[in-house]
Amino acid sequence: MPHMSVVTARSLSEALDALAAEPNAHVLAGGTDFMVEVSFAHRRPEHIVTLRRVNELKSWSIHDNTIRLGAGVTYSQLEREPLAALLPGLAQAARTVGSPQIRNAGTIGGNIATGSPAGDTLPVLVALDASIELQSANDGVRIVPWSEFFIAPKRTARLAGELITAVHVPLAAGPQEYLKVGTRNAMVISVAGVALVLDVTSQRLTCGLGSVGPVPLRCPHAELFASATIDWATLTAPAGTAIEFGRLVAAAARPIDDHRSTADYRRHAIEVCARRAFQRCVAEGSGTDGEPL
Amino acid sequence: MSQSFNLTVNGIGYSVGDAWIGESLLHVLRERLGLPGAKNACEQGECGSCSVLLDGELVCSCLVLAADAIDSAIATVEGLAPDGGLTDVQQAFLDAGAVQCGFCTTGLVVAVHHLLDATPQPNDLDVQEAISGNVCRCTGYGRIHEAISLVIARRGER
Repeated sequence: MPHMSVVTARSLSEALDALAAEPNAHVLAGGTDFMVEVSFAHRRPEHIVTLRRVNELKSWSIHDNTIRLGAGVTYSQLEREPLAALLPGLAQAARTVGSPQIRNAGTIGGNIATGSPAGDTLPVLVALDASIELQSANDGVRIVPWSEFFIAPKRTARLAGELITAVHVPLAAGPQEYLKVGTRNAMVISVAGVALVLDVTSQRLTCGLGSVGPVPLRCPHAELFASATIDWATLTAPAGTAIEFGRLVAAAARPIDDHRSTADYRRHAIEVCARRAFQRCVAEGSGTDGEPL
Repeated sequence: MSQSFNLTVNGIGYSVGDAWIGESLLHVLRERLGLPGAKNACEQGECGSCSVLLDGELVCSCLVLAADAIDSAIATVEGLAPDGGLTDVQQAFLDAGAVQCGFCTTGLVVAVHHLLDATPQPNDLDVQEAISGNVCRCTGYGRIHEAISLVIARRGER
């Protein structure tokens, strides 16, 4: 069997020291991606640093209307109170991930670090304008906006020796939604996913897209259209707004054909998901019955 | 090359000395420790056949690095009925005919005990959610749900 070393970090400083000693070590959090690759011999890292016992990564806190989620916060934590009420879109995304067993193990830091275009929390994080907190033993803390963090499929701005320690998520006041399509209803990797965040304070709607581009995407035209069209006092919109919003979202998608789906289907699915998500967040005026949901 | 490490399974300490350090907890339980109750079906966290409790959380043991489970309390199906008899959940699975090929059964038994320990009076949605990570391809789940209802009813009578 090939050589492998495992460092079980018991504190953040232990984890950072281990990464400083072996900057290219593989970081193991929930194991839901990594262990599959190891068991099927797709990956044989020489050095592993495990995080399950690093309590500093499991906590969260709120400062200045921004929530700092430790990288070790699990999907199970996200889908339940009190986090679910603070970040309803993220809770909804977490509920669509795997099974209870997977959600007990998988972490938001792992979803971010893997950086798959299909990562379910990523559309919500980009819609919320989240930033990723990285730390290293030598260079301390740096905070990278999502738009600079996700570079390409499964490629991020995390440098060798760095650890994702948290994600900073501005809180929004208003409805949020996450909808995805896969080849079945449960236990499924996203083929197209959309996150909507409405903030009545700034009167802005933001929208994140997953699985329809190399990285999670935003859709500025659709966001500007919706933000300007919604009556923010009543959270209503004229008839037909959702249909036009869906069209603009689809136009912003950059899907490809791959083993999970086709570009055409993904573009269609993201349009339908965006329309439905909009209608769950905003009541439309009469006259919308013509378009099937 | 292997690093030896210690695991605590069902309250019993084990030394694992001959394993490759990259082995999953499922592999170590079955092949190194003689505890084959957790089943190896998909080995990618999709089926729940290998469900165990790790520090009280229901997880797929195929997705746990065994060497990372040191200092954790691991509970497997073997530890549920200490005297070699059956737990009330296992008896109800037999009584309701909820066992066919049996591959999913041990994972389901672990999941159902975990559910009822936390939520003694679950509603239908609680039950569906609790076993949603345990795939059964034989029963269509009807008799599994009957078995769970039977346990809840019997525990209520005690």
